[in-house]
Amino acid sequence: MPPETSALQMILTADPTLWAIVRLSLIVSLSAVVLAALIGIPLGAFVALTRFRGREGFIVLLNALMGLPPVVVGLAVYLLLSRAGPLGPLGLLFTPAAMVVAQTVLVTPIIAALSRQTIEDLWTEYRDELTAMDVGPFARVATLIWDGRFSLVVALLAGFGRAAAEVGAIIIVGGNIDGFTRTMTTAIALETSKGDLPLAIGLGVVLIGIVIIINALAWMLRRAGERMAG
Amino acid sequence: MRAQPADLPIQFESVTVSAGAVNILDGLSLVIGAGAPTMVIGPNGAGKTTLLRVAMGLIAPSRGVVTWDGVAAVPPARRAIVFQRPAMLRRSAADNIRYALNAAGIPRGRHDARIGELLALVGLDAFGTRPARRLSGGEQQRLALARALARDPSVLFLDEPTASLDPAATKAVEDIVRAVAARGIKVVMATHDLGEARRLAGDVVVLHRGRVVENSPADEFFRSPRTAEARTFLAGDLLL
Ligand SMILES: Nc1ncnc2c1ncn2[C@@H]1O[C@H](COP(=O)(O)OP(=O)(O)OP(=O)(O)O)[C@@H](O)[C@H]1O
Ligand SMILES: [Mg+2]
Repeated sequence: MPPETSALQMILTADPTLWAIVRLSLIVSLSAVVLAALIGIPLGAFVALTRFRGREGFIVLLNALMGLPPVVVGLAVYLLLSRAGPLGPLGLLFTPAAMVVAQTVLVTPIIAALSRQTIEDLWTEYRDELTAMDVGPFARVATLIWDGRFSLVVALLAGFGRAAAEVGAIIIVGGNIDGFTRTMTTAIALETSKGDLPLAIGLGVVLIGIVIIINALAWMLRRAGERMAG
Repeated sequence: MRAQPADLPIQFESVTVSAGAVNILDGLSLVIGAGAPTMVIGPNGAGKTTLLRVAMGLIAPSRGVVTWDGVAAVPPARRAIVFQRPAMLRRSAADNIRYALNAAGIPRGRHDARIGELLALVGLDAFGTRPARRLSGGEQQRLALARALARDPSVLFLDEPTASLDPAATKAVEDIVRAVAARGIKVVMATHDLGEARRLAGDVVVLHRGRVVENSPADEFFRSPRTAEARTFLAGDLLL
């Protein structure tokens, strides 16, 4: 890549290096959000709708885990996946799969905590009506998830925003290997330290663009939800 | 004309509902049998809402039991309630009724026709596609009535269903209550509107501080209330 290439040129000419990195970033973060949703929404619903010992403490913990430091998550997943670790035999360390695992750990508490809040608020409002209509437990959960769908999607977008923007966890477990585990954030960190500013700036612009799009989507969904449901 | 509802009578035997140190219902005994509407009247905080919620099985009594047709177990499926402040599901008016039809296990093929009938019955024909939560308070109250009737209940509890309605809508709801009662559905309705109680009641239950202070046929009650509390309430004086 000639050094005089500007960041803008790289974006406009769809520079293959740049887009390969963007693609991997999106795949990793989207996979993590899907997995986190599959764990986090049912977990949030469970905590919202059941009473068990230590529930209050669990909710506080869940809320606190929303702010987990990515490097700590990276370290923990590294220890888990490293050759000597309990999941070492899977051979996942320094692969995209490891990055998905780390980001799933990071995002699950966000989705679980926000889902818990959404579903619990709706349940407070609906409890009497649904109980009076003899709505069974499964239909109940389905109703709450469906009627809370706009807020739940906003929670997913919040999770995606967090995953797409973090660098600490995936750089540890992915290793930032060129053409294999290099993502937007890890590449920006590396290229900046190497002094290759055009690629770093190009990736930075794309990343910010993605974050803006996510927030615009979240905002539009909220509006659509308000319009449709009142 | 429907046969006598099988689920009656509803019998409260020394039912107490406590919240901390206070008894919201205080050893209340009452039998609600078939027939014209039972109007539950009493001042704010008397326990009317709590009485209806206990009957619906939404609150378990701290002491005592409620039985339906002599059976202490769960209240029957064919009961419905319009709450004092109904919650609207985040769907259209029509889909709120559809939800209730579904929950009551009514076959899907019949839903659209039934929704049309029920919306017309409460005067909301033109509102089917509107988000339920965007309806006015009075419109929501009437939608809640349609939603309750969707269950085809044998017993219908109404908690001050006309409190936020204008005179025309109040008359419409009272007409519906009469029509429903004429079809053999037992209506149990809380109100503090004495005119309304007079217009609809088959019998009157007066609640005060969680106890039944009077329970008589309506004509008797309005002609000569037996208790001082009932006389005070009828005279429009504050009952403390
Ligand atoms: N969960 C609760 N905890 C504590 N107090 C309660 C609870 N529910 C009801 N109460 C109290 O019990 C009393 C009876 O309440 P209830 O709602 O049954 O009255 P009501 O007759 O329906 O009054 P209104 O005419 O204002 O609707 C009130 O004083 C109320 O504050
Ligand atoms: Mg009340």
